[in-house]
Amino acid sequence: MKFAVKAWSNGSARAGVVQLGNFPHPIETPCLLLSTRKGLPFFISPDLLPSLPSPDSHLLQVCPLHFLEGLSPKTISNSGGLHQMLGLHDYGFAAVTRDSIQCLPEYNSTNKVGASFETPCGRLLIKPVEYMELISSMRPNIWATLADEVPTWVSDKRNRTSVDRTVRWLDDCIALSPAGGAVFGAIVGGSNVEERRRCAQEVAKRNVSGYWIGGFGLGESRDERPALLNTITDILPEEKPRLICGLGLPEEVLQGVASGIDLFDSVYIYHLTLGGFALTFPLNGVDENESDFQLSDNGSDRTKINLRATVYRKDASPIVEGCCCYTCQNHTKAYINHLLNVHEMLAQTLIEIHNTHHYLGFFRAIREAIKTGNFEQFHRQFIEGRRNCVAVAAMHA
Amino acid sequence: MNWPRALLTDSGGFQMVSLLHLADITEKGVTFQSPVDGKPMLLTPEESIQIQNRIGADIIMALDDVVKTTITGPRIEEAMYHTLRWIDRCIAAHERPHEQNLFGIVQGGLDPVLRDICVRGLVDRNLPGYAIGGLAGGESKDSFWRVVAQCTAALPEDKPRYVMGVGYPLDIVVCSALGADMYDCVYPTRTARFGTALVPEGVLKLKHNAMADDTRPIDPTCACMVCRTYSRAYIHCLVTKDAMGSQLLSYHNLYYMMKLSRDLHTSIIEGRFPEFVCNFLRIMFPKGDVPEWVCNAMEVAGIDISSCCSPFSSSQD
Repeated sequence: MKFAVKAWSNGSARAGVVQLGNFPHPIETPCLLLSTRKGLPFFISPDLLPSLPSPDSHLLQVCPLHFLEGLSPKTISNSGGLHQMLGLHDYGFAAVTRDSIQCLPEYNSTNKVGASFETPCGRLLIKPVEYMELISSMRPNIWATLADEVPTWVSDKRNRTSVDRTVRWLDDCIALSPAGGAVFGAIVGGSNVEERRRCAQEVAKRNVSGYWIGGFGLGESRDERPALLNTITDILPEEKPRLICGLGLPEEVLQGVASGIDLFDSVYIYHLTLGGFALTFPLNGVDENESDFQLSDNGSDRTKINLRATVYRKDASPIVEGCCCYTCQNHTKAYINHLLNVHEMLAQTLIEIHNTHHYLGFFRAIREAIKTGNFEQFHRQFIEGRRNCVAVAAMHA
Repeated sequence: MNWPRALLTDSGGFQMVSLLHLADITEKGVTFQSPVDGKPMLLTPEESIQIQNRIGADIIMALDDVVKTTITGPRIEEAMYHTLRWIDRCIAAHERPHEQNLFGIVQGGLDPVLRDICVRGLVDRNLPGYAIGGLAGGESKDSFWRVVAQCTAALPEDKPRYVMGVGYPLDIVVCSALGADMYDCVYPTRTARFGTALVPEGVLKLKHNAMADDTRPIDPTCACMVCRTYSRAYIHCLVTKDAMGSQLLSYHNLYYMMKLSRDLHTSIIEGRFPEFVCNFLRIMFPKGDVPEWVCNAMEVAGIDISSCCSPFSSSQD
């Protein structure tokens, strides 16, 4: 994997390109990694993956722990690694232990030997050696080192220990590193600025291709986040990519971009999809209908709609007028509302397609703003637009 | 639905059998308790046809009075006569006869006399097509094929025969040999959700631990997207745990059923149907232990399958 920064805007926000060995087209950053379960999307069937915008949709995030449910490293190896096993030869895989859905870090059980996770097959203790066995068999394009991720409410002592362990495991993982694949050093430290600084400094000394920033979305407040992020990114070398997990909402993504983060996870889309929510927020941050904004009966806030709401029973329009995703080109809100009511899985498939498409569009707008030097303005306008919706909603309440 | 191909709707009658403990069947129609809010609902032939008219499918089904084949007694006769009287009400209520084809459904349980009366009654109405209903319940395979054979022999040659609720690949091959044309069944997708794939040899249970390191495709002879891309091992780790597992296996199973139908069709057109049947049975029963009901049915159908049956074993001593 190769990475290069191409443009800057107002400080730390930057636009870059990722070049994968197995995919000819460069992927522009800031970029969204699509969430997967065992390498395939949760609901989008493989034959509909190509309907998503390309090349934006070609980076997939995979959690190695998913395979512990029934696929041994030996079998993954025999299958030729992830790309071969999944028939996704022109996609990039980033292996990261954090999936925020089914494999959750059990920080109380983690010890000096390994990281503990609560998984569908029980509580597992993963040692660096075992982790690297999985990584070697999977042959991902990018992989993060094993981290001791802790939420922000742990004691200072526990937080310090997590930094010590994470750095030690980083060295262990690098020592066992397979020939291919770009190693991203894991950075933790909770909401303690000093520990974040310490961890970033240590990891920056190591010979890694990029950085995985963990521990966010685990209790820190929105207000304290920019300072923590900037502490990290100020220390890290500019020419290496930064991948973060735990910043899901558009406002949080924008905070990450403002601090110089390049790659983001998309667990947010999974949660939206499960709830029957479809994203509708205007991608340029400007709501044309703002002047005659009315709070409708379905309680929507102009950011997303709940397709289960009865108001959509007879709505024969697409989720977003003019959206060129498969769902909006072929189906109506009424149909998806019906599918949700009769518990048909096609509902989740259609919603995941639209939400992914929409969010990829959001990232494209972010990149445009950076390239034209307008990111700060874009960021500000977007946040103000969201605040206005909430204010109007509050007035009508 | 944005579905550009053909559609068929059922009448709602089958739910009568499934929800029988809530149903009260009278001459008027079926009264049942709505599972949603407990209020009484009456489904009449007129109402069923009206709803199907509004949905607009190409083929619509008459409301019939369907009883389980495991029931005996006068209820079966009553249900058959309801079906005959209701077909006239369905025909009268049908507002789009030039766009939607109303099929009648032959009932009568396992009683040949009742089935005969029903067939004659429906054929007299000169409907666009006929279904053979009331099967695919708990009856024995031996009873099942005999009813199908009787009906296909008596129904007009130039109209489609639709065996409702069938089914397993073997059942479809047998019914096709007996002269049936159309089928419907939840089996391929339901069994997929439980982790079972349809293969020429029968079934493959992907949940089995033996699949965990099997890097072969589900069916090496299958050209579907799933068999061309994924191994048994990968599908094994998905099934019953992830929605994608259900999707991929359903995809393969449906492809399998459609290929089976296409192969049956082509083999008949090309005049090699008996060879196709023999080959099908040989792969499914490599030891030659073709079930007796299949042998009997094929004999009546006039298909020689002796080449794939081993002589009856000494269990008949």
